[in-house]
Amino acid sequence: MSNHAAASLAHQHQFDDAEQQYEASTLGMWVFIVNEVMFFGAMFCVYAVYRVVHPGVFEHASHHLNITLGLINTTILITSSLTMALAVHGAQLGNRRQLLGCLLLTMILGAAFLGIKGFEYSHKYSEGLVPGLNWTYGGPHATESQLFFSLYFALTGFHALHMIIGLGILGALFAVGAKGMFGRDYHTPVEISGLYWHFVDIVWIFLFPLLYLLGLH
Amino acid sequence: MSEHVVPARTYFTIFFLLLVLTAITVGVAFNDFGAWNNFVAVAIAVVKATLVIMYFMHVRYSPKLTWVLVAAGFFWTLAMIAYIMTDYLARGWIPVPMVK
Repeated sequence: MSNHAAASLAHQHQFDDAEQQYEASTLGMWVFIVNEVMFFGAMFCVYAVYRVVHPGVFEHASHHLNITLGLINTTILITSSLTMALAVHGAQLGNRRQLLGCLLLTMILGAAFLGIKGFEYSHKYSEGLVPGLNWTYGGPHATESQLFFSLYFALTGFHALHMIIGLGILGALFAVGAKGMFGRDYHTPVEISGLYWHFVDIVWIFLFPLLYLLGLH
Repeated sequence: MSEHVVPARTYFTIFFLLLVLTAITVGVAFNDFGAWNNFVAVAIAVVKATLVIMYFMHVRYSPKLTWVLVAAGFFWTLAMIAYIMTDYLARGWIPVPMVK
């Protein structure tokens, strides 16, 4: 791509300079992320209320979740954040191989996460632990435990949805990046997509201990 | 462009720290800290999130306006959860005659 074309992408006419445009773009993505914080924050708040109102129930219900799988998924996501940061790094240095390679790695890790999540969901279904679908919980405090599993599916379900959207975004970045759209002078879409991906990782960082690691002592 | 390029080595250091903190998260879960249990678990998660925000998301090298937004999101969430919890935790404190 010619220098002139890259320059006009990085510096549209309504901005004073490329730096201002870059800052405006990242600020816009941060506003969206704060919106997402409100979205997930509300669900975390519901979790907090019901866990306090029904002490002990959540801890008991949490035993049905597989800690090993949750830990593997946490490690996968944290690694994907590393590869995403390295992808942005590649874009910043104009290293197309690093950019594309790391984007691909991030996507593979994201897909692995979703695969494990799907396995967990199907297992929950086979155990009759899906509220509204085939809820047949035999243990104590069945009604309150249903709250825990409703929250589990709502929280991890919306998280998984965000992961799927993220995979789509990364795929689009890869496709466009392979054609040489990003370089030293312009790589803002890679940077702000990275912000989105890291945020989805942060949501999981909170989900893991709050859902999987309850009642272990 | 005056964008700050974080060296790859920093990313790997943060990654290693995140893995260590994840291990600590699991280890801490198997120990009983009494009333501090929840606080410890959330605190470790907050430290991990801070590392991701500061370094992976480049906030440490971002303009102050970005910091304002990040802080706003964080404090808003804190305020929401805190104030809603004060409602539920205080239920039943003051006897109110039933209204039919």
